Amino acid sequence: MPLGYAPGVSIGSFLLRRLGSGLLAIVGVSVLVFAFLHLVPGDPVDHLAGGEATTAQREKIEQCMGLDRSLPMQFVTFLGHIVDGTLGHQCPDPKGKQTVAARIIEVFPHTMWLAIGGMLIAIVLALPLGMLAAIRRGSWVDAFATTASLSMVALPQMMFAPLLVFWFFVTLGWFPGPTETGPLALVLPAMAVGTHLMAMLARMTRSSLVDVLGEDYVRTARAKGLPERDVLFRHALRNALLPVITVAGLQFGSLLSGAIIIENVFARPGLGSTLLEAILERNYPVVQGTVLVIAGIYVAVNILVDLAYGLADPRIRRA
Amino acid sequence: MKFKIKLSPSGWIGLVMLSTFVFAGVFGPWIAPYDVGLTSLDLDHRFEGPSAAHWLGTDSKGADTLSQLLWGARSALELSFIVVAISSTIGLAIGTIAGWFRGIVDEILMRIVDILMAFPGILLNIAIVAVVARPGIGVMIIALCANGWVGYARVARGQVLALRERDYVTAAVALGASNTRVMFKHLIPNLMGPALVQMSFGLGGVIMIEAALSFLGVGPQVDYTWGAMLDQARTFLWKADWVRVYAVVPGLAIMWVVLGANLLGDGLRDRFDPRQRGRS
Repeated sequence: MPLGYAPGVSIGSFLLRRLGSGLLAIVGVSVLVFAFLHLVPGDPVDHLAGGEATTAQREKIEQCMGLDRSLPMQFVTFLGHIVDGTLGHQCPDPKGKQTVAARIIEVFPHTMWLAIGGMLIAIVLALPLGMLAAIRRGSWVDAFATTASLSMVALPQMMFAPLLVFWFFVTLGWFPGPTETGPLALVLPAMAVGTHLMAMLARMTRSSLVDVLGEDYVRTARAKGLPERDVLFRHALRNALLPVITVAGLQFGSLLSGAIIIENVFARPGLGSTLLEAILERNYPVVQGTVLVIAGIYVAVNILVDLAYGLADPRIRRA
Repeated sequence: MKFKIKLSPSGWIGLVMLSTFVFAGVFGPWIAPYDVGLTSLDLDHRFEGPSAAHWLGTDSKGADTLSQLLWGARSALELSFIVVAISSTIGLAIGTIAGWFRGIVDEILMRIVDILMAFPGILLNIAIVAVVARPGIGVMIIALCANGWVGYARVARGQVLALRERDYVTAAVALGASNTRVMFKHLIPNLMGPALVQMSFGLGGVIMIEAALSFLGVGPQVDYTWGAMLDQARTFLWKADWVRVYAVVPGLAIMWVVLGANLLGDGLRDRFDPRQRGRS
């Protein structure tokens, strides 16, 4: 449980601390990636220029990427590109291609919609399943829900996603398949992402609700004669959902950094596939820029989740 | 240190499931009916359904599916056990040191953990593997260990922070025990339980990530892996009815191992941390 607060610490100083360590982590990731890219063997010019490039062409690419400058200078250039908001230029022809930032902004909506769609499916399936399992604890419903969610966690997306394409696109033709665009094309990838998340959320919902149903205030509510429905929805569920929201938030954060397998299967653009592509073709500016954005999203979502948790639970919100 | 193994029924199921994986991994290549690799190609028998000669049918090059599956178990077993062994050793050492010495050492180590956690692990793995043209199993191990130790370090640090307040640790320090002695005699034996839980979950995680990397085409260049089989399968999924067996079997194998590891992990957690009992 990522409880960021300690009793007696104000939200302001908590936020400052988290922002500080988050920023440190982002800088750390950037430096790490920068060092890593420049220390490993493998010439990016080979990849970008192709086999038959002339020396002049190679030099042009080298200049464009700044590889002719010293390492510290290259890092300063990289920092400069962060400040001017372009995150760098793509080589070999910077004028003909978008800036890294533009490329990221172009693919990000795809990633975001997939994350939202997957999350919605996960929540809609997970909450009823987890609640049923908790209320009927020990029954066959519980056994079924537990088995189902354990299996779904273990189900590899590398098998499930292609099978979804095969059933619903190739055989039945209900939904558009890979490479297609439009809202309907989101259905299958979101299903693939959602079923996986659903499993973890359902488990969380069940265990959290089981805990809460054993609390004194639930017994009190029952003792004073409240109908079971009110006990469940007004007293138990509200409290039980806190940890579920936390987990869902963190999952959303990692979805925003790109569901790389799903993007690959459905040939969807997105942050994950952009990064994978850039790594494979050693497109340094794109790798650095994407990594920075992904780390930023990750850290920001983590802080937001902690804050939301504190705001939702008065017991943690002190001072 | 002695573990009395008292597992829940589901924990036992997980243990049995993992044992079948270990068995298949150790003996698989010997019991595999056919060879894999170039010699196994048989273009007259492509896309065949299950038969007496090929129990699980054949693939697009006529190679036997069952044999590929068993060879895949071998490479999955090798990789996952080595990665878990290395990353748990590194992680437990780092976590113990951070939790015991506190102060600046702790601060630095935990910032490194923060950095590695500010980023989806699989992308880091891909980055490391991708810089090598034809990654062997060694590169793969390095890539998976590069961030694999973080979970163990967090578990160990948390345990050590609690353990250092215990009377027997205070007593040992008061009696003049050296740092090394306290760590090896009092801290590490007492954090092995939670570490074992983490190792069990970690095993499933490694299997899954390795399959994902092979699926994306950046896996180890060995004869067969389950992820590479899944990658192959999706290209000819719609060619013939029977090839769906090929598309499903490696996925089910991965699911079997990961489910087994998770069940065992749950069982061990119940055993070592009674507060968590019934929360799964």
